[in-house]
Amino acid sequence: MSENAGSEELQSQYLTVNLAEEEYGIDILAVREIRGWTQVTRIPQSPPYLLGVLNLRGAIVPVLDLRLRFGVAREEYTPTTVTVIVAVDGRNFGIVVDAVSDVLDAADSEVRPVPDMGTTVDTEYLKGLIGVDERMVLLLDVDRLLRLHDRPLEAAA
Amino acid sequence: MSNAGLAQFQQVFIEESLEGLDTMESSLLALDEGGDGELVHTIFRAAHSIKGGAATFGFPEMASFTHEAESLLDEVRGGKRAIDKPIIELMLRSVDCLRGMFDRARAGEPLNDATSDGVRGELAAMMGREAPAQAGPARRAGDQAGAWMIQFKPHAGMLASGNDPLRLIRELAGLGELVVEADLSRLPALARLDPSECHLGWSIELKAPVRREDIAAVFDWVEDECDLSIEPKPTAVVTPAPAPAAAPAPANIADAAAARGTREASAESSSVRVAIDKIDSMINLVGELVITQAMLDTFREEFDPSRLPLLQQGLTQLARHARELQESVMGIRMLPIASVFNRFPRLVRDLSQKLGKQVKLDLHGEQTELDKTVLEKIGDPMVHLVRNAIDHGLEVPEKRRAAGKHEMGTLKLDAFHRGGNIVVEVSDDGAGLNREAIVRKAVERGLIKSGDGLSDEAVGDLIFQPGFSTAEVTTDLSGRGVGMDVVRRNVSDLGGSVVVRSKPAQGSVFTITLPLTLAIIDGLTAAVGEERYIVPLVSIIESVQLKPDALKTVAGGGELFRFRGEYLPVLRLHELFGCEGAKRTIEDGLLIVVEGDGSRVGLFVDGLVGQQQAVVKSLEANYRRVQGVSGATILADGSVALIVDIAGLVRLHGRRKAA
Repeated sequence: MSENAGSEELQSQYLTVNLAEEEYGIDILAVREIRGWTQVTRIPQSPPYLLGVLNLRGAIVPVLDLRLRFGVAREEYTPTTVTVIVAVDGRNFGIVVDAVSDVLDAADSEVRPVPDMGTTVDTEYLKGLIGVDERMVLLLDVDRLLRLHDRPLEAAA
Repeated sequence: MSNAGLAQFQQVFIEESLEGLDTMESSLLALDEGGDGELVHTIFRAAHSIKGGAATFGFPEMASFTHEAESLLDEVRGGKRAIDKPIIELMLRSVDCLRGMFDRARAGEPLNDATSDGVRGELAAMMGREAPAQAGPARRAGDQAGAWMIQFKPHAGMLASGNDPLRLIRELAGLGELVVEADLSRLPALARLDPSECHLGWSIELKAPVRREDIAAVFDWVEDECDLSIEPKPTAVVTPAPAPAAAPAPANIADAAAARGTREASAESSSVRVAIDKIDSMINLVGELVITQAMLDTFREEFDPSRLPLLQQGLTQLARHARELQESVMGIRMLPIASVFNRFPRLVRDLSQKLGKQVKLDLHGEQTELDKTVLEKIGDPMVHLVRNAIDHGLEVPEKRRAAGKHEMGTLKLDAFHRGGNIVVEVSDDGAGLNREAIVRKAVERGLIKSGDGLSDEAVGDLIFQPGFSTAEVTTDLSGRGVGMDVVRRNVSDLGGSVVVRSKPAQGSVFTITLPLTLAIIDGLTAAVGEERYIVPLVSIIESVQLKPDALKTVAGGGELFRFRGEYLPVLRLHELFGCEGAKRTIEDGLLIVVEGDGSRVGLFVDGLVGQQQAVVKSLEANYRRVQGVSGATILADGSVALIVDIAGLVRLHGRRKAA
């Protein structure tokens, strides 16, 4: 409490992951754990990017492939391919990315709005971007990503 | 007036009071049938505890309502008034009103409504008085202020009664911003200080426009053990800046505590009461398990082949203990079906009075235990069946006499174990199903071509068809038909089935078969391509391997095969679930004949891998419901397998064909 009282700068931490030549940041508070790629069980009547479900210590957790979600082809699952387990509204999801790279500290004031640009991602899943040295990290809006991923499914059901 | 500290007790109070209301209701019904005077005392005691609890836990409206009912009961108890039909009627309605109040209390809505005011008035009128003024939020002047000054001086012995001043201050902090100043004047010299006594006093400024009662409620428990004054703070006086050192720290802690309390209260969950002997037996089993584990642990240090028999024995023991522990843990979720049965005496009484019929209710097997989830969901379908039995099954007394039966019809509810299932039967000795009317209606609705050659069983089954359940049908038919398809759907959602047997002029029996538990099922593991699916054993009739020519293709792409004189449709699991690498030719794979939702189909899979008990895990917890899948389970290798839902598959198949 006392640290916050003095400084107006709110710091956030992001887990950065690599995906198709780009670097994305996931709010670290949403990240539950990071695990190596394991085979999942396919779920019928689900969109292609929903790879299936895995057993997370007895809980059944759906896993989606961020590449496929963003319409980038997945070549193959390699030893560095990882599943990041995130929790949104008390529900757990696995997100498959190419690799995990870093943890990034950034003040909220450093987050810039996303211009409309030719990334592989629809800008609606991004909440901003941060420039770090020469790199650029796109911040994923996990809530939105999973909510948007839910809606068309419910409609189809 | 709810605050974080009381919320959890309120929950317990509500649960206990609902049980009290059940007692009141069943005792009233027993009185109605000429029970003895002791019942009046039972009812009075139940009402009294609810009244006391309601006042303590901050439901004044409820307390005043119950007070009226209690006063009336007191007059009966004291012999001033004889118990008669109108009183019982009114008391039953009061019970309903209180139930409504508890529902609203849970939802956080205002407790009084038009009905409760009406019943309260009737209670008072019966005792020959005017309805009392509402115990609502009537306020005296000065009860409301923008800020309050509270002087709180606990007596020295307050701590001994388990009351913690810090908790009270935290609760106050939940009401608004606090400035707390400790009064150290009573603090004795260190040598004479007794740490078990309270020497401190506090002067608290609460900067929030709350009601006096809200503040007083915080101190409810310690009223007699402290000197307390609550005064509105004069608004004219300029509030001095709070002393920075003394106040903020405790106030902040209190804030956080209050916030945590609220969160805990909002994460509401239902609870189960468990008999202590069930818990004791579990503790015993865990003890055994630990001993076995310790024994097996010795093999880690040195393993000598001569001790192999010991190892095998240990593993056998471990398996046995694990199974027993599993059974007894599952047992926690098992509750007697009496809690569902108990709602029927009232329903039967009300309905039979309304319809001018005489009905005797016969309850059997109330102690049969069912999974709590099943129990919660079986109530509504049973109400449907009971209502139908009285409404359409049992005849009016004149008709019964004419048919040579006793005027009093009998409705029997029974619950018992059969195999791995629980069977619940609702039977009546009424007129039975009207075969001609059902067949006529079914033909009209296009469900069948004609009734010729249909077995009684098949005719009975027709009433469960959707579309057979409109109001028009019921009135026309003088048979059953109110939402029977809903009954069947509800039961099959629980993994069970419902069938009817009926004999003209002798009555009908509705038989509901339910699984013992929803948490673990017996299933066969079926392979489809690379994938494994669990097929619940209860829905499997048998599996067959077909010859290539046994398959008949019908126009529209459907496939049928002949099974014991019937033609059943073939559902190819790999098509429905889109599995790759599955066998396509019918003679290579296996047809599992399964039954779901009353219809039989052949499920085509590659083959069966084995049988296993599957611990059912929810897909919905993290994802959503998937049609044709009732859940998932974890296989021995740690991977996930889906459990197929036969009824869902049948519906899915129907939709695919229609599309």
